[in-house]
Amino acid sequence: MTIAERQQAVIDEFNAIADWEERYRRIIEYGRTLPAMEDAHKTDKNKVKGCQSTVWLHAAMKEGRMALQGDSDAMIVRGLIALLFKVYDGATPIEATATPPDFINEIGLGRNLSQTRANGLAAMVKQIKLYAAVFQAMQR
Amino acid sequence: MPQLQTFDVASIRAEFPILAREVHGRPLVYLDNAASAQKPRVVIDTLRDVYEREYSNVHRAAHELSAATTERFEAARRTVQRFLNAPEDRECIFVRGTTEAINLVSNSWGRANLKPGDEILITAMEHHSNIVPWQMICQQTGAKLVVAPMDQTGTLLMPEFEKRLSPRTKLLACVHVSNALGTINPIAEMARRAKAVGAVVLVDGAQAVPHSRIDVQALGVDFYAFSGHKVYGPSGIGVLWGRAELLEAMPPWQGGGEMIKSVSFEKTTYAGLPHRFEAGTPNIADSIALGAALEYVSKLGLDAIEAYEHELLQYATAQVAQIKGLRVIGTSPRKAGVLGFVLDGIHAADAGMILDQQGIAVRVGQHCAEPVMDFFKVQATIRASFAFYNTRAEVDALVAGIRKVQELFS
Repeated sequence: MTIAERQQAVIDEFNAIADWEERYRRIIEYGRTLPAMEDAHKTDKNKVKGCQSTVWLHAAMKEGRMALQGDSDAMIVRGLIALLFKVYDGATPIEATATPPDFINEIGLGRNLSQTRANGLAAMVKQIKLYAAVFQAMQR
Repeated sequence: MPQLQTFDVASIRAEFPILAREVHGRPLVYLDNAASAQKPRVVIDTLRDVYEREYSNVHRAAHELSAATTERFEAARRTVQRFLNAPEDRECIFVRGTTEAINLVSNSWGRANLKPGDEILITAMEHHSNIVPWQMICQQTGAKLVVAPMDQTGTLLMPEFEKRLSPRTKLLACVHVSNALGTINPIAEMARRAKAVGAVVLVDGAQAVPHSRIDVQALGVDFYAFSGHKVYGPSGIGVLWGRAELLEAMPPWQGGGEMIKSVSFEKTTYAGLPHRFEAGTPNIADSIALGAALEYVSKLGLDAIEAYEHELLQYATAQVAQIKGLRVIGTSPRKAGVLGFVLDGIHAADAGMILDQQGIAVRVGQHCAEPVMDFFKVQATIRASFAFYNTRAEVDALVAGIRKVQELFS
């Protein structure tokens, strides 16, 4: 699957759920199953502190593709991280830089999730793109 | 409850247009009043009326419009004076809000009066806006910031407070009602003790003004600051009241138009009160609309508001006490407006998102009071905060909403 297809799959999965409660249940489920972040990467350098919750992000390059690890103290945010990773983990830096996280707005979670200054998600997206740009530059 | 019979919430709600709207397909349950209160029609209409009929710059009355606007602007100042029971209207300075009021005092009074070895006493329950300006002025003057602790209910420890008062204490800067905990501080008593050691007393009244009658003379304080938007007025306007004697001795903070008497390149003499502290064109329309808001709440009656809200907060506290896994943060015997809590095993941010989906607006986070969160060893709290337009039915909706949160995360 291309990165665009992966993103579309996320959008389709959530748009198929009519009920807001079920959508949130699904996100919470994703949050619970997000692979644990290695403690060594849970550093202040990898931390983005929001007013409401905190997120951590670590990125590395493996065989030309981005390998992402992340965590949050809030479960719904963890779920959103899992969704972000569904799209961006394993992407090439070029794909990641070229792909805006449209799914956040399109899966109907409400504006409080897309206006994500408080929960650190926006900063996380920015950070993924920044890593992608750096990896891209390193590859040249 | 006799007060409840005289307090007609249904007709009051009808005066707040926004309360009729829906959020996510549910009726809005607005419980974020401590962050900002909604506006009654009279405030919205006043803003419109100023701009549609009588708007011009103030204090430059070469024409009819300016004279009329100036009259309304200064009438609003007199409304503020009456609202606070201030001795004189020129003691009421229009500012952007509580934060600017505190920064004005720290920059003007603080810079002129503080020296190394002096102490500024605050409490452990301050909002960042009553911590950071003092830290900044301490860095510049060599004065020291001293903190009076609270107990596990979020009540100030009076003996500890007294221990920290000494002739070195030049200023007591304290919150009247805590935004994170709801605690009402015994300001009159604190001021009396601070005065006994010769300290000047500033009160952050942002959370007190919407909930109870304020009489700055009875409180015996020197400065009192509040924000318009929390007392049903517009955002971007607030008031610093200060005793004339102190304000007159203070150097201006910002320079510009309005605040001068005469200017030459050699020497400028400053205007008297209040204009000396209102450099530049003021926030004219919002000042006038703040006056309308204060008249509105005064007409409802602050004693009736206080009684109604007290009863509502007690009801809410009793209702949430029945929820397993919920812990209230801030259980002081004297509280106003605020119900802060945490849920076992559920992050406040998660709870806030699920409550929002149900049309319930609360604030989650640290409430610009990180030291308070640290004291209670919580990362963040969920805060429901009440106004006189809230109802028992809305408290019930909150309780049902919290149970839904717990169900989703179980």
